[in-house]
Amino acid sequence: MSSIFGSGSSSSSSSDMTARKDQMKQQISQELAIANAQQLINKINENCFAKCITKPSTSLTSSQESCLSQCMTLYMAAFDQVSRSYVARITKERGTAGLGL
Amino acid sequence: MSSQTPIPALDEASKRELEGFLEQEQAKAKLQASIHELTNTCWNTCITGSISSKFSKGEAACLENCVDRFLDSSLYIVRQIEAQKQQL
Repeated sequence: MSSIFGSGSSSSSSSDMTARKDQMKQQISQELAIANAQQLINKINENCFAKCITKPSTSLTSSQESCLSQCMTLYMAAFDQVSRSYVARITKERGTAGLGL
Repeated sequence: MSSQTPIPALDEASKRELEGFLEQEQAKAKLQASIHELTNTCWNTCITGSISSKFSKGEAACLENCVDRFLDSSLYIVRQIEAQKQQL
C-alpha cells in the first residue's frame, strides 16, 4: 500500500531510468579514459625528460625539443607494443589456466 | 542539502547492471595500470641508447620480448617459491 504514495509521484519512468543509467555509464567510461590518458602523459614526461633533458638550462634547446617529440612518438609505440603483447599473453593464459590479473 | 536535484531511483535490475558495468570498468582500469607499469619497465630495460627517429633493431626486438619474459619471470619466481615451501 505504501507503493502508491511512496514512489509514484516522482516521475521515474523506465525511460528516465535508462537515460540516467546510460549517463552514469558514459561518465564512468569517460573518467577512466581521461585517467588513462593522464597516466600516459605523466609517464612520457617522466621518461622522456630523463632521456632528453640531461642538463636543464635556462630554457629548452631546439635539440632537446626535437628529442622530446621523437621520444613521445617512441614511447607511444612502446606502449602500443606492450599493450598488444600483454593482451595476447593474457588471452593465451586464460585458455590454459586461471588468469592472475 | 535542500537544493539537490532529484535523481530518478534505480530499480534492482538497473543497480545490478551498473554494478556489473563498474566491475568491468575496474578490471579495465587494472589492466591499463599494468600496461603503464610494464611499458615503464620495458622502456627502461630496452631503450638504453639515445633517442632517434626510430628504435634500433636491438631495441625493437627487446621490446617485443620484454612483456613475455617479464611474465615468464613472474611465473618462474612463484614456482620456485612454491617448490621451496614444499621442502620445509
